[in-house]
Amino acid sequence: MSPYTGSMYHGSPLLLLVLGPLAVKRIEGQPEHLLCSLLLVIADILNALLIRATGQSLQKAYAQHLEALDLFKLSEESGMLPSGDIAALVYLWNPFTIVACVGLSTSPIENLAILLALYGACKGLVSLAAFGWVLATHMSLYPAILLIPIILFLGYGPDAPPKKLFLQRSYGKCGTSPSSDQYCKTEDVTDPLELQIIFSWRRVMQFLLWTFIWGIYFLLLCDISVKQYGGLSEMFKRTYGFILTMKDLSPNIGVLWYFFAEVFDFFRDFFLIVFHVNILFMMLPLAIRLKHRPGFLAFVYLAISSMFKSYPSIGDSALYLAVLALFVNELADMKFSFFLFCGYVGVSLLSPVMHNLWIWRGTGNANFYFATAMAYACLQIILVVESVSAMLNHDRKLRKITTVQLADGKS
Amino acid sequence: MAFLSRPIFALLLLFSAAFASGSAIGGGGGEEGEDFSEELLLKPLPDRKVLAHFHFETSAPEFPSYGRHHRLFPKAIAQLVKKFHIQEMELSFTQGRWNYESWGGFEPIASSNAKPPGVELWAVFDVPPDDVDASWKNLTHSLSGLFCASINFLESSTAYAAPEWSFRPAPGSLRYGTLPREAVCTENLTPWLKLLPCRDKAGISLLMDRPSIYRGFYHSQRLRLRSIKTSSDGTHSSIILEQTLTVVLHPNIQKTSSMNSGETKLQPSWSMSSIFGRKISGTCVLAKSSNVYLQLDWGLVRELKHLQNGNQEVRVDSIMEETFLSNPAFALSDEPDKVINSRSEGSSAILYEFSVRKHSDLGPFDLGFTWKTPLVWLCPQLPLRVSRFLMGSGNERGAIAISLRSTRAREGLTNAEEMVESCKVDVNVFQVVPWYIKVYYHTMKVFVDGKPIAVSDIIEKINVSPSEDKVSPGVLEMILKLPCSVDSAAFTLEFDKGFLHIDEYPPDANQGFDIPPAVITFPNFLVKMHFGEDNSSKQSAVLSRFQDSIPVRSYTEVLLVPLTTPDFSMPYNVITITCTVFALYFGSLLNVLRRRVNEEERFLKSKEKRSSPLSRLLSKLSAKLGGKPVVTSQSSARSSSFISLKLILKIILVAGIAIAWKYFSE
Repeated sequence: MSPYTGSMYHGSPLLLLVLGPLAVKRIEGQPEHLLCSLLLVIADILNALLIRATGQSLQKAYAQHLEALDLFKLSEESGMLPSGDIAALVYLWNPFTIVACVGLSTSPIENLAILLALYGACKGLVSLAAFGWVLATHMSLYPAILLIPIILFLGYGPDAPPKKLFLQRSYGKCGTSPSSDQYCKTEDVTDPLELQIIFSWRRVMQFLLWTFIWGIYFLLLCDISVKQYGGLSEMFKRTYGFILTMKDLSPNIGVLWYFFAEVFDFFRDFFLIVFHVNILFMMLPLAIRLKHRPGFLAFVYLAISSMFKSYPSIGDSALYLAVLALFVNELADMKFSFFLFCGYVGVSLLSPVMHNLWIWRGTGNANFYFATAMAYACLQIILVVESVSAMLNHDRKLRKITTVQLADGKS
Repeated sequence: MAFLSRPIFALLLLFSAAFASGSAIGGGGGEEGEDFSEELLLKPLPDRKVLAHFHFETSAPEFPSYGRHHRLFPKAIAQLVKKFHIQEMELSFTQGRWNYESWGGFEPIASSNAKPPGVELWAVFDVPPDDVDASWKNLTHSLSGLFCASINFLESSTAYAAPEWSFRPAPGSLRYGTLPREAVCTENLTPWLKLLPCRDKAGISLLMDRPSIYRGFYHSQRLRLRSIKTSSDGTHSSIILEQTLTVVLHPNIQKTSSMNSGETKLQPSWSMSSIFGRKISGTCVLAKSSNVYLQLDWGLVRELKHLQNGNQEVRVDSIMEETFLSNPAFALSDEPDKVINSRSEGSSAILYEFSVRKHSDLGPFDLGFTWKTPLVWLCPQLPLRVSRFLMGSGNERGAIAISLRSTRAREGLTNAEEMVESCKVDVNVFQVVPWYIKVYYHTMKVFVDGKPIAVSDIIEKINVSPSEDKVSPGVLEMILKLPCSVDSAAFTLEFDKGFLHIDEYPPDANQGFDIPPAVITFPNFLVKMHFGEDNSSKQSAVLSRFQDSIPVRSYTEVLLVPLTTPDFSMPYNVITITCTVFALYFGSLLNVLRRRVNEEERFLKSKEKRSSPLSRLLSKLSAKLGGKPVVTSQSSARSSSFISLKLILKIILVAGIAIAWKYFSE
């Protein structure tokens, strides 16, 4: 029987090949879902390790850049926090992660694919990045938008202060140095940091090639596994089609299920387009503004897609919160962080209560639960807007300091 | 006036006589002509009620000799059959639930006329497999027009199913659908009566007094069509239209209680006029035969035998000869024309036949049945009593359970045969589940005598087609093989409840959703009555139906599943609030991205340079006084005032344009 008969399964056929036997097989005297949950726990631990490795490399790059800008003081004054360790701990101790894992959600595996892609891109491992991206896109479609951060990662290298600062600085050096312009240019070439400002097309082309290879490979595997059940077109209809048309209206932590349960039928297509375009629409402005910080850009994309996703889960929130923690140093001045923290705690406590009241006791109303979902959406919006704002402010601060330094140097 | 009306009356008489003779000829014509017969079967039930089963049968050759016209057969139905190539079809409108325990389960009426509440429709088409769905859809619309019912709701693919083998052995071309919540009323009965040649103006159908019929405990109005190939090469076929109305009525108690006030356990006596409020005043002249039968169950017959045996020592055979026409238990108001003994599986039932034509000669026919001795008897029970129920609480998930319990009657039946160890009872289950009940078929658990058993041990054959959201319902067909000695068996299926769009809820959404009943068939147990070699039973339509060997079938209860409802008054609020929040997100994020502090400052500085010398002087002064930070703050302060000035200018400009426009347009 095809895995897609009966509107029960809408995931990848390859994931089913892995999870299906595990879900059926059981060890004597143990609960039946033990093997599955074991797999999910392993995936979560791997996720934490990947986050830690990514964070360490990001932090190293950050420290290097500050050094290049002669901003040791800044790093020493504020006391650089080990962001990788913090992010990994945030991921592992996040109640969302734990709940998603206990609830046997597949989100740890999807998160694993996303983090593989980010780690590979951050370390410059082109094939790994391509593999992670293709796998993540294959499993849940939305990570497709991570293509831009990954390309920026590979092109520009890990997160850095704006390019302009380096140029300014190098020109400033030239201006202060008594020698001629000629000398200045040769110095530029020798500076290893200057190289990273140039967009390296070679690695991007490599990445695209690898993406192509992995894509073909996955399509082939899928084709083999679903050949007798209607082929790839059926698979795309049942996985991506199901995501894009939002057919299932079961309550989740997002707001779209209730929206589409209530919206008039003739507006349905319009709003489907609006909400999905909303994800795509912010991509370009964000990419332009944050092109020097691909890691942070990836976080923003993840947060936005988890907000507008057809079927969001708390596993997505766990992921973007962990990625957010990678930037503790940069986002130290973020506003409303306490309010956001309280909001998250409140929503995560109230939401199950309201769900229980509505579904199980029958004393509540759908609106109760929808209100918590709405509050959650608002919190996510504030988080995204404030973090982007804080990151831009951080860049401004760096610029201000460097200009002051340059001005001091000149005078 | 009088002499004018007399010849007309005479003409009418002549006409009707000619018609009657014509019908007689038609009836004798056999296969070529069209036949109509009307019959009524009455049966006292153990729980002080009376079953009335009307049976009208019209048959016609598919290609009648009058071109497209029919003499008796309703044209609408003939066209239906011809257009949609219907091989077999059954439509039933039912109100109330058949009580299998006290009204009988193992007997022809219960097996073929006990129907689930609401509308049930199934049809077998004689078309290629690809066209079956289209034919079904057209058929539902035609029928809904014909019977003033919302049968057209069966058109959507979520409402009907195509059982492979569990309902009837007709793979591919059978479609089955039910509407459990359809209300049945006179508006459905009237078009049904219109199909009869005499409507309800004459004959047995005269008894159908609407208030008394719909007052009953059970009311099932059925229409069944069959195309039968009469000749071997299949070119010559005929259509048989079978219309039955099965009603369970309660005789008027007050009358009987006043008559027999002393004996409380005595069954209420009844007559046609007391249960229907009407009498049969004449036959339908178009009918080939119009008979009234009174059936005594084998359980009742056995009790009567006991009663007689107790009173006088007579051999059983002689009692059968006597056929209780004079007995201490009850009395009939009219003498039956014929007494038919039926034997099935070692038990016997008795049928009294009354020809309406003979009895209504003298006056209106009113058959009365008066009890003289209180009697308690048992009805033929189903092999296994089936019930279905829901488990679990809350609106997220639950479980359906179907439980089968053995009845004592089955033991009574099987004890005649030797109890073999390998004796098995086949139970055929057919269940349609709407898509919003998302059944997990892998969670099926089977319990036999309260102990869990591996599913594969007991299920001989299973066919599952899972439901697809908003496309098709889930269908479960399976054959259970239970040992004969089983006391109880149950199986459960877990399900998740779906969430629907606001438009998909019925008007009273909080009442819940009805799951159509499961059809349980026992293929090993065949219902068949034998009427000996008597030729009369072949002529009677009811009795020939009783002689068909059909497996025992029963329907379970309709389940009412409450589903969670969204707030139906909220669509505008939800749309506006959600859109507002997302607009806020979009606006604020773009704003954050757009804001550039440094550029703004530089721009303002360049502006400043071009501004008045006084302000330049001031800024220079202040720069000298306080250093750079002060400059920026001042410039920003200036800029804000500058912006506000600009804004005011703009507003004035727009207002001016508006005033000018207004002035000129006037």
